[in-house]
Amino acid sequence: MIQFLQHLGENTLSGFTKLGRASYFLLQTIKGITDVLVRPRLLINQLYSVGVLSFLIICISGLFVGMVLGLQGYYTLSDFGAEETLGVMVAASLVRELGPVVSGLLFAGRAGSALTAEIGLMKATEQLSGMEMMAVDPIKRIISPRFLAGCLSMPLLAALFSAIGIIGGELVGSGLLGVDEGAYWSQMQAKLDFFDDIINGIIKSIVFGFVTSWIALFEGYDAPPTSEGVSRATTRTVVNSAFSILGLDFILTALMFGDN
Amino acid sequence: MQHTSTQDTLVGLFVAAGIAGLFFLALQVSNLSTFSEKDNYTISANFENSGGLKVRSLVSVAGVKIGQVSAISLDPKTYQSIVTMSIDAKYNNLPDDTTASIFTAGLLGEQYVNLEPGGSDTFLKNQGKIDITQPAIILEKAIGQFLFKAAEEKSE
Repeated sequence: MIQFLQHLGENTLSGFTKLGRASYFLLQTIKGITDVLVRPRLLINQLYSVGVLSFLIICISGLFVGMVLGLQGYYTLSDFGAEETLGVMVAASLVRELGPVVSGLLFAGRAGSALTAEIGLMKATEQLSGMEMMAVDPIKRIISPRFLAGCLSMPLLAALFSAIGIIGGELVGSGLLGVDEGAYWSQMQAKLDFFDDIINGIIKSIVFGFVTSWIALFEGYDAPPTSEGVSRATTRTVVNSAFSILGLDFILTALMFGDN
Repeated sequence: MQHTSTQDTLVGLFVAAGIAGLFFLALQVSNLSTFSEKDNYTISANFENSGGLKVRSLVSVAGVKIGQVSAISLDPKTYQSIVTMSIDAKYNNLPDDTTASIFTAGLLGEQYVNLEPGGSDTFLKNQGKIDITQPAIILEKAIGQFLFKAAEEKSE
């Protein structure tokens, strides 16, 4: 019994200290962003490895998610003779939920895990301490550019995901199943609001990008400098990012779309 | 690490594609392009019952969209529904004896406001008011009345 309580207390305390370290880390990272703006080259390199390399997986997944939505939506809606509202269904579900969430999960799997592994390995091979020896702040030089690149890439990737998904839904809906193309677009335009739907979707994707990059970078930075530690940190990044994205999505949806 | 200029190009391409996606969402998917806020004027109409009308419902004349419902509120004195509509400025020639009615598009469709222009020579201005209105038909009410009537006829 005493042992159980001891264990519980230990876990709680270590959880809190980790949260504290993560918050301090985030503060330092955000402070370091000013230095990144002076050296845009660092940011461009990271935009390449975080954004451009995730580009293909996001586009292809978006296309298939949109096509599946079109197919499934059509079969359900045709029971009610409401195939014309397929566009609304596909666009609303993509822009509000699936775009930010699925691209966030893919981003965590594709870019987040790579970031954690990279930073963890840098720490394990003492590259970070080496930088400190040369009076180069590793947070400013290594972490902040990656963080900023993650925050900037996510909204762009989510917007691409939604846009390509909507086109995919249209390809299946009007190309394959015979929904009227004009109705697909016009119903969508009539029902979706720029501020209520699109801007809220973009806000969601910015939040997810922020959280995923934070988790990925912190897990890498905080990983025990062994091969096992790095591998565990990578797993934790993907799991924790998925949890935070889905949990935050629920909270954000309740805040944004709750009142109508 | 790749050659710097190719990398720059790819990053540029990525950012351009992302921004193109945002523009696509803004212009093609949402109603931002079809409806700009500035070139509009508002008119209002009191309905006995506005039924399932919602903000952003369609306002049409002869089936052509000319604007949308911008607000729905309750008149505290008459208990009528005040429907405020925002009409595209290029349709500024609605006569002041226009009739407004709430129709349903199809059996289960959305409700919308249909305006039927009258014959007057003076036109509705900004903040103008439509006096002749026809309330929304509530399907349940109509069926109820019909059943009631049928039962009454039977008993006679």
